[in-house]
Amino acid sequence: MPEPTPAVEMRSIFKHFGGVHAVEDMDLTLYPGEVLGLLGHNGAGKSTLIKILSGAYPRDGGEILIEGKSADIQTPRDAKAWGIETIYQNLALADNLATPANIFFGREITTRFGALDEAAMEHASIRVMKRLNPNFDNFHDAVSNLSGGQRQAVAIARTLQFNAKIIIMDEPTAALGPHETQMVADLIRNLKAEGIAIVMISHDLHDVFDLSDRITVMKNGRHVWTGDVDQVDKDDVLQMIILGRRPDGSYAPGILSENT
Amino acid sequence: MAVQESIGFSGGVRRLGTVLELDTRLLSMVGALIAIWIFFDLASGGLFLSPRNLWNLAVQTSVVALIATGMVLVIVSRGIDLSIGSLLAFLGILGGFIQTEVLPLEGPHSWWISILVMLAAGALFGGLQGVIIAFLSIPSFVVTLGGLMFWRAAGWLFTQGRTITPLDSTYSILGGGSIGEFWSWVVCAAGALIVVAFIFWKRNSRRQLGFPVKPIGVELVMILVWIGLIALFAQTMNAYNFPRSELGRGIPVPVLLLIIIASVMAYIANMTKFGRYIYGYGGNPEAAELSGVNTKRVVAGAFALIGMLTAVGAMISTARLNAAPLSIGQLLELQVIAAAVIGGTSLAGGVGTILGALIGALLMQSLQNGMVLIGVPSSPQQMVMAGVLIFAVWLDMIYQKKRR
Ligand SMILES: Nc1ncnc2c1ncn2[C@@H]1O[C@H](COP(=O)(O)OP(=O)(O)O)[C@@H](O)[C@H]1O
Ligand SMILES: [Mg+2]
Repeated sequence: MPEPTPAVEMRSIFKHFGGVHAVEDMDLTLYPGEVLGLLGHNGAGKSTLIKILSGAYPRDGGEILIEGKSADIQTPRDAKAWGIETIYQNLALADNLATPANIFFGREITTRFGALDEAAMEHASIRVMKRLNPNFDNFHDAVSNLSGGQRQAVAIARTLQFNAKIIIMDEPTAALGPHETQMVADLIRNLKAEGIAIVMISHDLHDVFDLSDRITVMKNGRHVWTGDVDQVDKDDVLQMIILGRRPDGSYAPGILSENT
Repeated sequence: MAVQESIGFSGGVRRLGTVLELDTRLLSMVGALIAIWIFFDLASGGLFLSPRNLWNLAVQTSVVALIATGMVLVIVSRGIDLSIGSLLAFLGILGGFIQTEVLPLEGPHSWWISILVMLAAGALFGGLQGVIIAFLSIPSFVVTLGGLMFWRAAGWLFTQGRTITPLDSTYSILGGGSIGEFWSWVVCAAGALIVVAFIFWKRNSRRQLGFPVKPIGVELVMILVWIGLIALFAQTMNAYNFPRSELGRGIPVPVLLLIIIASVMAYIANMTKFGRYIYGYGGNPEAAELSGVNTKRVVAGAFALIGMLTAVGAMISTARLNAAPLSIGQLLELQVIAAAVIGGTSLAGGVGTILGALIGALLMQSLQNGMVLIGVPSSPQQMVMAGVLIFAVWLDMIYQKKRR
């Protein structure tokens, strides 16, 4: 069976902040309709890598292909134009604005005369929020007044509203209680069933094994291992995350010298 | 929690505010304003609320208020503009220079050409400061402090310190003119129509999407309140007669300019993408960036806008004096900032309204006007104003903390 064209291919990505090499020679491949778990301990470079994909940071080196085509992603606007939507670790909501204004922030609906169409945006917001949280009815307060789970739902609604082909989630369940986590898990399954490709960063190995088709592990900004979840168990994954030691006993590049 | 909310006076006011879709903070400012007016009217033996004084108060308020509407957007987007007074002097001198030196004085086209040049220069130089702030990431405090020193000195270069006077007589209407009784009623009727149309348009667009709307009775009460206020305003402006005449002056031209500009600014702030980005950027700059908003252009735009408003302020101020002296507009930036802050604009960014700034400007000017009427010398006046400003910032901090 021939391999399908990847939804996203990141090749040999580099990014440094001053002297800190946050991402080095990193590869990532994401297929349509799959959930890819991106793992690594704090500071491994996960957020930086996905921020390069979402246009938040310009990359210092490497190549990004979207559905096989070279994509020159430099800004968040570029990424959105390629159908990439991102839920950031800190949610990136404008706390002083209400839910509809946040969902449509940067992509407002306007009337024929160019004025903001608040009613239309509120209407659409109600529909998309219903999918996430049927009980939510607080559409007029600033989002700073919402609970953690509600704010998370607003951040997710931002991506659903615009027919993303690729969704990036940076620790989507970190701030949530068990009930809300379950909700997000169901949502991820639904999105996957719709053929959307998802990159999910998570610290919760249980979630990762539950939801991901494949996982990619990184350490010190470098690629350690990529493969199907059923090829490994939690212990293997922990060894990769903490020591950079692959299931076959080899070490990721740049790791061995550090440990000897 | 719900029980606690519903009891007590403040809970009642808050609920009333929610029903009428009014901000409680705005309501308390209006309350303070009314208290100040009653106090000064009693203390001045009825002079304060006389048509003559209210007419003058309206004119005195106009320059600060109209620039304050721009300052709201600047402060909401986490900036500050200290160059206002100095830029106003420069633009006033530029306009006067064009009317007297470049074009023939009293020439048929001198007045409108100088107005256009002033507006363009205001937008350009304000925008230039904004571009430096946004694209070179230099704090607005520093850049506009530079502007504060730069522009008045640049004005000196035009005139070598000489005061340009007299100015074009058509241009002078901008400062001292008024539109007469008939046109005042026409303007107010048009204003009332717009308010009514807006309320019903909003109601209708909500109903079309199946949203709940306010009871029609509440809407009607709101409309009556608005019409009553507008009529009271027209009546007051018309009650101040020309000297030795039965004819009322009507709405002063500066106040007419203020009404138009404030409406446009309220539209920009609340109903355009640019306004939305100003508020969103002020709430969370990173979120605006990640949402694909061109944040640098938004910030620079806010400064271009306040530069243009400063040009309007320069026109009114110089036209009123029929002269463009170098000393005009001193400390104006502080009055404008104070008006915005007293009107509920938070120095932390993200929060502030155009209507609030108007009320803030009126409140400040009322204090000053009232103190003059009851014979307070000018130094204590300034000390009181300073106290009021600090008090307003303190109130804002308490208010912001409570909301967390
Ligand atoms: N904006 C930034 N400026 C400077 N250093 C950064 C920045 N963002 C991340 N880093 C550094 O890059 C490395 C990777 O961070 P990050 O991508 O956030 O890791 P992770 O998301 O895997 O925890 C860390 O050493 C971090 O300190
Ligand atoms: Mg991270």
